[in-house]
Amino acid sequence: MDILRIATAGSVDDGKSTLIGRLLYETNSITKDKIEALESASKRKGLHFLDLSLLTDGLIAEREQGITIDVAHIYFSTPTRKYIIADTPGHVEYTRNMVTGASNAKVSLILIDARQGIVEQTARHLSIAAMLRIPKVIICINKMDLVGYAEAKFNAIIDSLNDLIAQTTFEGQAISFLPISSLFGQNITQKSDEMPWYTGPSLLGELEAFTYAETLSQAPARFPVQFVVRPMTEAYHDFRGYAGKISSGTFAVGDEIRVLPTGQTSRIASIEKYENTLPKAVAGDSIVMTLSHDVDISRGNMLVLASDSAAPSLKEFSAQVCWLDQQALVPGKTYLLQHGVNQTKAKIAQITSRLDVVNQTSTAAVTELKLNEIGIISLRTAQAISADVYAQNPANGAFILIDEFTHATVGVGFIR
Amino acid sequence: MNMNTISDKIGHFPRQLEDESIYIMREVAAQFERPALLFSGGKDSITLVRLAQKAFFPGKIPFPLVHIDTGHNFPETIAFRDWLAKETGAELIVRYVQDSINAGKATEETGKYASRNVLQTVTLLDTIEEFKFDACIGGARRDEEKARAKERIFSVRDDFGQWDAKRQRPELFDMLNGRIGVGENVRVFPISNWTELDVWNYIKEEQMEIPSIYFSHQRQVIERDGMLWADSEHLNKEASEIPFEATVRFRTVGDMTCTAAVASDAVEIDVIIEEILSAEISERGARIDDKRSEAAMEKRKQQGYF
Repeated sequence: MDILRIATAGSVDDGKSTLIGRLLYETNSITKDKIEALESASKRKGLHFLDLSLLTDGLIAEREQGITIDVAHIYFSTPTRKYIIADTPGHVEYTRNMVTGASNAKVSLILIDARQGIVEQTARHLSIAAMLRIPKVIICINKMDLVGYAEAKFNAIIDSLNDLIAQTTFEGQAISFLPISSLFGQNITQKSDEMPWYTGPSLLGELEAFTYAETLSQAPARFPVQFVVRPMTEAYHDFRGYAGKISSGTFAVGDEIRVLPTGQTSRIASIEKYENTLPKAVAGDSIVMTLSHDVDISRGNMLVLASDSAAPSLKEFSAQVCWLDQQALVPGKTYLLQHGVNQTKAKIAQITSRLDVVNQTSTAAVTELKLNEIGIISLRTAQAISADVYAQNPANGAFILIDEFTHATVGVGFIR
Repeated sequence: MNMNTISDKIGHFPRQLEDESIYIMREVAAQFERPALLFSGGKDSITLVRLAQKAFFPGKIPFPLVHIDTGHNFPETIAFRDWLAKETGAELIVRYVQDSINAGKATEETGKYASRNVLQTVTLLDTIEEFKFDACIGGARRDEEKARAKERIFSVRDDFGQWDAKRQRPELFDMLNGRIGVGENVRVFPISNWTELDVWNYIKEEQMEIPSIYFSHQRQVIERDGMLWADSEHLNKEASEIPFEATVRFRTVGDMTCTAAVASDAVEIDVIIEEILSAEISERGARIDDKRSEAAMEKRKQQGYF
């Protein structure tokens, strides 16, 4: 059984939480006591219908203001797969939470209010989906009930999106459009009876049919060492295993490996998963590896195949960043850079440009990047990091920046 | 479309979840100096122990199991706890809510709904201070409750243990930032993305031992608010609440004073899973502590509750 991670995005009041509530409701994923709680909460708010958004807006402040502030994770499953939805905030000031929620997603649901058409947030969310290289985007034109379920309205919005989509998407990203009404359950799990002119699948139909071309196990082999297992017990006196989760590619027993950044080489003696030994392991597997030679390996080192001459080692590089902190990014400042499980100091040399996500234009030579802004920076690290270009191997191409004084995660970067 | 046929969902545990949780366990051991695993004796914390065993095998679990004993635990849970610690060779630390009460740090609740659920936060925070734990691993899942749905995997708490929902760190991809300031600590939730069903399917696939009270047994209970409550010396009964014997099991295991039983004949795990799938109430619907208000969980978390 596989897992499909989805992130929702949209502007305030586009009805994301209602959409998710509807999806859960129609897949029988809500138990009776929760529906009853929903009924009484809806009544207390003076509503005569079931306010499905109350299912996910779980914080007191969110219910007070009727908005989503932080990412909520929601789960449902069908016989096909398990779904994890990150319901992310629509408010521009909570964009950082949106990026957090979307970072693991393979599908991005972007909502547009049929009455409003494209708004600033649409461009921002498409940009973020492209920055994260989310393979599929489903643009849901919601509240079709409020525009009389009119095909012309739907087509006009799609037409107006053309330019924006041409500018933001990358090759291989699939985009589809869907007219829906979350409030009335049109095109959510079943084809709409109000919009016979729409011939495509419902939202759930589209999700169920989605298959993500799993290229991760074919990508270059990368094994970041998390932890060295040394039991030092009688039974395992000389045991020394390297524990970690394979980021990308495949490793097999007998493979020649090289340790980055030290450059030592050895051979894989065994691959173990608890009490089982495996002939090979692929991206996503949490394993313990033992090697034929005694080599000096510690947390933060990365194992790659010795034959991989292109294996990276970067000290000075350029990256796209999205800033996540109130305190702006300024050139010259030193941060902690975490790439996978490896941390090293990094100094920001300069901010090359800032992207205006609404107009898709760049401004060169800016002096700071503020909260929620996206830009290109160049930086230098104290120790080399073994990172790939994000577009080529997303599983090994991203990093976070941590403020040395507040310890907060202040930015996310994508190696260019 | 019939989405929820029961047989389709039994025994399908997505193995990817285990890999992700083991990764989190290893991050805890690597990033923190004094981590601990908060063990309640319930199925979620038993799952955590299993994951920790797997993460460090053939080494031992490199952190202690910590149990905050409210004094209202089911005896079966305590017996199981001691057995599991012995079985895994993990260090077990137990601290008692009764000691916090005796020291005047916590005050027993009164009335028929009195429980020690809120009180255990005091003992927990004292224990964190006593051992200077910088990370506490817990078995909370995001599907349990809507405030928990908002929780990060590494959740930073101040030195009063408080959770500030508006100041949560962004958590991107699988990168976990465990850096903290003096006095701060982190609560870690490795099975955040598991559902109740995932946990049961995992227990089944792994053939794990769980406390006997999860399975059907005979027990003296009273009926209150439409639920079956285990009769015990800790329960403040009204005169009209007369205990009777019933065939029950527990779906979730907390204190005797805040966990309701369900009538059930299920003695096999498959039957339990079927019951969960067809149940009309959610797991925490049997948690009396959550029913105090709409935002009961969020408020308790702000106070340093798990």
